[in-house]
Amino acid sequence: MFENLSYLALQQYWWVIISLLASILVFMMFVQGGQTLINQIGKTKIERSLLINSIGRKWDITFTVLVTFGGAFFASFPLFYSTSFGGAYWVWIIILFSFIIQAVSYEYRSKANNFLGQKTFDTFLLINGILATILIGTAVGTFFTGSEFSIDKLRITDINDPVISRWETPYRGLEAAFNITNLSLGLAIFFLSRILALMYFINSIENKNIILKSKSVLKVCVFPFLVFFLLFVVLLLTRQGFAVDPVTKIVSMEKFKYLHNLLQMPLVLIMFLIGVVGVLAGIFLTLFKESRKGIWYSGVGTILTVFSVLMLAGFNNTAYYPSTYDLQSSLTIENSSSSKYTLTAMSYVSLLVPFVIAYIWYAWKSINKKRIDEKDIEMDEMKY
Amino acid sequence: MNEIDFTLVDWSRAQFALTAIYHWFFVPLTLGLSFIVAFMHTIYYKTGKQEWKNMTKFWMKLFGINFAIGVATGIILEFEFGTNWSNYSWFMGDIFGAPLAIEAIMAFFLESTFIAVMFFGWNRVSKKFHMLSSWLVAFGSNISALWILVANAWMQNPVGMRFNPDTVRNEMENFWEVLLSPTAVHKFLHVLTNAYVIGSLFVIGVSAWFLLKNRHIIFAKKSIVIGAVVGLISSLFLVVTGDGSAHDVAQTQPMKLAAMEGLYNGEEGAGLVAVGMLKPGKKVGDDKDEYVFAVKIPKALSYFSYRDFNAFVPGINDLIYGNEKYGIRSTEERMEKGKIAVESLANYKKAKDANDSKVAAESLKLLEDNYKDIGYGFLPDKESSIPPVGITFYSFHMMVGLGFYFIIFFILALVYTLKDKIAVKKGFLKLAMWSIALGYIASELGWVVAEVGRQPWTMQDILPTWMSTSHLNTGTVVLTFWLFAALFTILLIAEIKIMLHQIKLGPKEERS
Ligand code: HEM
Repeated sequence: MFENLSYLALQQYWWVIISLLASILVFMMFVQGGQTLINQIGKTKIERSLLINSIGRKWDITFTVLVTFGGAFFASFPLFYSTSFGGAYWVWIIILFSFIIQAVSYEYRSKANNFLGQKTFDTFLLINGILATILIGTAVGTFFTGSEFSIDKLRITDINDPVISRWETPYRGLEAAFNITNLSLGLAIFFLSRILALMYFINSIENKNIILKSKSVLKVCVFPFLVFFLLFVVLLLTRQGFAVDPVTKIVSMEKFKYLHNLLQMPLVLIMFLIGVVGVLAGIFLTLFKESRKGIWYSGVGTILTVFSVLMLAGFNNTAYYPSTYDLQSSLTIENSSSSKYTLTAMSYVSLLVPFVIAYIWYAWKSINKKRIDEKDIEMDEMKY
Repeated sequence: MNEIDFTLVDWSRAQFALTAIYHWFFVPLTLGLSFIVAFMHTIYYKTGKQEWKNMTKFWMKLFGINFAIGVATGIILEFEFGTNWSNYSWFMGDIFGAPLAIEAIMAFFLESTFIAVMFFGWNRVSKKFHMLSSWLVAFGSNISALWILVANAWMQNPVGMRFNPDTVRNEMENFWEVLLSPTAVHKFLHVLTNAYVIGSLFVIGVSAWFLLKNRHIIFAKKSIVIGAVVGLISSLFLVVTGDGSAHDVAQTQPMKLAAMEGLYNGEEGAGLVAVGMLKPGKKVGDDKDEYVFAVKIPKALSYFSYRDFNAFVPGINDLIYGNEKYGIRSTEERMEKGKIAVESLANYKKAKDANDSKVAAESLKLLEDNYKDIGYGFLPDKESSIPPVGITFYSFHMMVGLGFYFIIFFILALVYTLKDKIAVKKGFLKLAMWSIALGYIASELGWVVAEVGRQPWTMQDILPTWMSTSHLNTGTVVLTFWLFAALFTILLIAEIKIMLHQIKLGPKEERS
């Protein structure tokens, strides 16, 4: 069935999958948000243990989504993998570092004789919570603001200087964090991850203090989230973007490109609006209607919003990973993708995804039939 | 002409090797122990006996401690292809990325989802679903090994692909050829059996410690039986699968095979070195002896390489200088052809840009005729096509030697437990504890053979390491190397301390 699709349709299909993975990742980063809240919400040892154990049952799914996102991006758009990871070296290395220290912290923090002590592992979790959210956000920001790199595939024939893609600033990706658009996206995602985490706590833990405290912290987080998010949206929709001529494939700057994209793709516009409303509805229901299901509204809202923003980056003749150093080096979904054969093969593999989602759902349902409470912590030997 | 920045290449390699070696401290145990846990869990499910539950829980806990750090080091490996080997990622990405993505979709979710059920499922889910979850974790981890080994096998033996001069990269032509390449199949089987051997050594070694301390006697004896049975079967298969791998190497990477055996001058009916020592300072083309001493099993190398006792096995000299009698081309000849391929690629691209279709077509023809030697066009000199012989040779022979030792070890473990003498064999119990380390050493050495022996290629005959890196300052990579080294070491210490402590606590003697 995928054989009959055009090359372009396959490239678009894969951009949709990558965008979907990225938006699920942003949603799942409530785990990271939660890691920044343990001490703020948990006042006693048992409360902190409840908090850690509630997100601790989800952390490896977030981690796996990140790994899948990386693998899928590699398989479908290898030129991005090659250019961005090798180029924006320091940003990615710092992000990876923060995930290494996260991966061991849950398992090791409360084990006896753990060498570094519980405090250190909890600090690791905090560091991951802050850096991963902000830096992944700023990295995604460069999809709209561009980076300084050049690509020349002919270099591979020069044994003395063979690397085809080259970063043209010594800051190696760290420069992205000094751009207001990128930074506002990074901070918006940081606060969003905290908001989602608070709603997740309210939804999944049975403990009065935690619920009360979560609500009051939620109030505090909403304001900076809205400020940074709106700032990002305004900057995005008013900036010039990287347009690709559909015939000549020449990249040029177009005023209000992302606004145009939003208006020219009404479906994306609708998704974007529903997404934003969903996020806000979740917050509203939690704060004013005593609802404990806010996470569902805000979660779906997050996925839709991020997804539609990434559609703006890659669709409608736009370069999704632009180079401000050399416009014509910019990556588009057409010039950076895998071959038609590989995309077709991988498309068959993608049919497994609904099945994966189904069993994750089933497994979660079966172990979390009820909210986690103090008794669970006492009963479980396997706790974090 | 030699202006390649070898310091960058070497540090990039060092960083990758560091990550891979650390990662490999954890993976085999994850692969092996997951099945052993599932096996014990099943016995508990069938018998409902409390002792089996305690046993399952104990090994499961150790599994979890080990798993976390495997995950942490694994993510770096995946992303390092991009961060440190960006040229490789483009040149091979069309083929190489797919198995990595499939691994995540097919295996990692299975593992991470059902690990949560396995750990938190006691008293929460039905006994049957809980037991099945243990199996799903085991399958998940083993499927993940399959895909990453497919990727690795493809570097050693690139199949199912074609070079596309317009995109300047290799593109996949046949997915099944990539997946089912004999190299991949051998690797998969060899690595899995190796993991079961390590899992068994671990279970026996830890149980031996309990016996020495006179604690949990029944638990320890039962664990040893399981370990010895699984271990003996696996170690026999390990030799068979290793032989399969060696046969495959002979066909696809003759230079690696020559290095594994320290063989300079090829011969018919070649013997296999059983024990030996290489002569230091031996160079290609000189007439020094290869070995200080070597005890060879007559004709075994020929058989093992080509399934024929009298077959000719080429040595390093044959591969470098060529050997007309056996139709082996010299490296110099291949370098010339390779240079033509590289030049034709450049000419083709330039002609294309200039819309000169005649020159483009001519260059394309030349490129295609010579593509299979293109990698040799990137070599600064012919000697650079030889991997480090000493490291490859000693690693190979130590791995093989340990393989035979493990067989004897498992037989003894089985005999002693069946005769119920194991608890008094103090010497053997101590040996069992040390054998855990030997298992890891053999396993790491296996990778040294495979990857050091692959040098200088990242993709056999097509792309050397120095064409594969990212455009980075050496200093940057030096810095990240040390950061990773420090962090991994700290985490390794933490994991070992936690592990030892949990072992000391021992299994809980819960009553039903
Ligand atoms: C007893 C006879 C053995 C033989 C003939 C043998 C043969 C081989 C060969 C030829 C390779 C290189 C494959 C390549 O380069 O693609 C290899 C790799 C390897 N070996 Fe062995 N081996 C043996 C025992 C062992 C033992 C005892 C272990 C560990 C407990 C082990 C673990 C490995 C590992 C992990 C690799 C790297 C993965 C791979 O390339 O397959 N081997 N072995």
